[in-house]
Amino acid sequence: MPLYRAPIRDMLFAYYELHQGEALRALPGFEEMDRETLESILDEAGKFVSERLLPINRSGDEEGCHWQDGKVTTPEGFKAAYRDFVEAGWNSIAFDAEYGGQGLPKSLHMLVDEMICGCNLSFSLYPGLTHGAWGALESYADPALKDLYFPRMASGEWSGCMCLTEAHCGTDLGLLRTRAVSQTDGSYRITGSKIFITAGEHDLSENIVHLVLARTPDAPAGIKGVSLFLVPKIVPDSEGGLGEPNNVTCGAIEHKMGIKASATCVINFDDAKGWLVGEPNKGMRAMFKMMNTERLAVGMQGLGIAEVAYQNAVAYAQERLQGRAPGGAKQTDAAADPLTVHPDIRRMLLTMRALTEGCRALSVWVAQQLDFANHASDPQARQQADQLVALLTPVVKAYFTDAAFEVANLGVQIYGGHGYVREHGMEQLVRDARIGQLYEGTNGVQAMDLVGRKLPMADGALIERFLIPVRDYLKEREGDAALAEFTAPLAEVAQQLESATETLLRNAATNPAEIGAGAVDFLQLFGLAALAFMWVRMAEIGLNLRDGDEALFYQAKVKTARFFIRRILPRAEAHYRAIEAGGACMMDFDDRAW
Amino acid sequence: MKILVCVKRVVDANVKISVKADGSGVDLANLKMAMNPFDEIAVEEAVRLRESGKADEGVAVSLGKSACQETLRTALAMGLDRAILVESGEELQPLAVAKLLAEVVKQEKPDLIIMGKQAIDDDNNQTGQMLAALLGWGQGTFVSQVVLNEGEVEVTREIDGGLETLALPLPAVVTADLRLNEPRYVKLPNIMKAKKKPLEVITPADLGVDIRPRLEILKVEEPPKRSGGIKVADVAELVDKLRNEARVL
Repeated sequence: MPLYRAPIRDMLFAYYELHQGEALRALPGFEEMDRETLESILDEAGKFVSERLLPINRSGDEEGCHWQDGKVTTPEGFKAAYRDFVEAGWNSIAFDAEYGGQGLPKSLHMLVDEMICGCNLSFSLYPGLTHGAWGALESYADPALKDLYFPRMASGEWSGCMCLTEAHCGTDLGLLRTRAVSQTDGSYRITGSKIFITAGEHDLSENIVHLVLARTPDAPAGIKGVSLFLVPKIVPDSEGGLGEPNNVTCGAIEHKMGIKASATCVINFDDAKGWLVGEPNKGMRAMFKMMNTERLAVGMQGLGIAEVAYQNAVAYAQERLQGRAPGGAKQTDAAADPLTVHPDIRRMLLTMRALTEGCRALSVWVAQQLDFANHASDPQARQQADQLVALLTPVVKAYFTDAAFEVANLGVQIYGGHGYVREHGMEQLVRDARIGQLYEGTNGVQAMDLVGRKLPMADGALIERFLIPVRDYLKEREGDAALAEFTAPLAEVAQQLESATETLLRNAATNPAEIGAGAVDFLQLFGLAALAFMWVRMAEIGLNLRDGDEALFYQAKVKTARFFIRRILPRAEAHYRAIEAGGACMMDFDDRAW
Repeated sequence: MKILVCVKRVVDANVKISVKADGSGVDLANLKMAMNPFDEIAVEEAVRLRESGKADEGVAVSLGKSACQETLRTALAMGLDRAILVESGEELQPLAVAKLLAEVVKQEKPDLIIMGKQAIDDDNNQTGQMLAALLGWGQGTFVSQVVLNEGEVEVTREIDGGLETLALPLPAVVTADLRLNEPRYVKLPNIMKAKKKPLEVITPADLGVDIRPRLEILKVEEPPKRSGGIKVADVAELVDKLRNEARVL
């Protein structure tokens, strides 16, 4: 079984030393979130996840979920772990206190989420989908629906899920066919079949709240005729207790490459009772609210996997004795030196570390901005924070999950053949990480969202929310010789990002295919620029504290920053050149020649 | 019925420690610290007695640096009612701790004291016994079961030969062994509530106790590295080696 120690020191560093943890305390309700409190919460969360969720990760992968006669049973240990998990309040950290949640910052929730995902990605999806459903209901549902459902969702007795995909439509939701017919009592009757429904049916909670995209008979064709409905597995009585079973059944579960302990269901709605969420035909708006929450969450899944892969790779590389250091034996009393003496192992470990800590730094920035966007009193501050979150959401989702797959793969590589056998759990991380690049919109869709929607939004204001702080930062450090090895490459990549933005928008004006042709490279370039910004700032903090109490920690920051800037950031150049090359070289390929 | 629980802040059990280069002790700088696991069991037992209605109040006491407040907050989050820190930056040896606790006990007048059988840092296993002696109370050490009766506590002790059951008249000192219970996971709302529970800070001077160390540490060093083993041909050779080489028989 892999080991896992919650990276609390690094989380506190990102939260308070790199970003604005202290400033968050000015927001109403967050006054008590001092460093000591956050640390004690993270301590307890770390203890719970490593003692309760980690031990059932590999057994859950081996056993998988079971389907029989429409009922889904989760692997051994999941039910007890879920019960203890919700009893301890870990499912409702950022839920509104009015409905029984803890009312704590979303940024705290995201830190804990990273830990949960690192220990057991499959498990994380059951409470995770409740979060997505909560987000959509919070913004768009009638108060009566919230009053009825939220207390039970906050307590974890009821869970949530999102029902979008149908057999013939995944990315293109305008094609969906599930029907909703209005009833005289204000409810609807929903009929249709949905596939790939994560946590659509399971035995952890007594009721499941399905948020279903469907169209009414008079709805316009395509995406503009899609509405969102709440369809419970069991219809609650007026008191919020369990009433009659609804006509919602699970037809099958999928057999997948990874996240095997997460039930991925076919859900059939057969004249099932449901209620409209938000306005008719405006379902996609509510769905996007939910998707954006989920997309950030998927990014955190990637980060969690990357962290656990890194920790185990380090432990193995320190223990495993193979070969001798290039300059001569380091451990003369042993038969061989540890793997860590080999330059290529160091390259892999540092790549894993630089990507993981870099993504964590970026995630904390986005998470705190999300809290500012939701709670700041100044409307302009809220808007600016909201724009940054909107801009970076596809980057967090896609860049983090791509990075996680790379990091998990490097983990296997460091273990060699022992990484390929199941016993050590390293190959599971690769399989589990793979889904992050696919669901909640593939990473290609994320790139299209970034380039096609976010760049043109608000007259191009969104990318400025990233570029302005970078320019300001660089300006303030002009002439700082000690920092120049970091700031100069940052200035260069920021310039490339700006210039790539212009190229893409200019080319797209005459040829819409240019967006899709350059989007993935653009997102990668953006991810690298964002991580570079984080690493330069971390290097600066590290340089200032390199001789203090925690010299090892801060010096490691500086050295990892240096590795990132010198050995990973050059990837930006390749993406930049690909964007500048444009899409003609693929679009003119003759379709008959495939 | 009031229970006093003593908790010590120690280096986290999962952390690999190393000896300071000058041999003066273990290097604890910037290491993750946590509540002594045996004390966690003691807290859990007190909280259970409190929840079952057999006790009315549970008070946590810790001694040491200001950072021990975090450990006390954990005890409060687990369910104790209030906390006392005897704050001192000095090295506190078991006898000094026992004397300080004895003074706290005189003020608090608990009916029962529960603490871990030993702390996992120095493994002394002395404080509970010394405290009972200073107070003139009965003691039940290495306890795996606690039953509170009228005016007495019945404890099951884990001893070399098996289990021993004793009844101690109250007040008494009980030290917890590993199998007494399995401590709970702290709930998130209780962490927030613990911030509002009373935590009193006093000093050794307030208690009028002389905390000067009575023992001098000469040197701390790592245990010798294990060298490889050998295979013996038969039992006779084993016995011979144990007798003549290892000289343990």
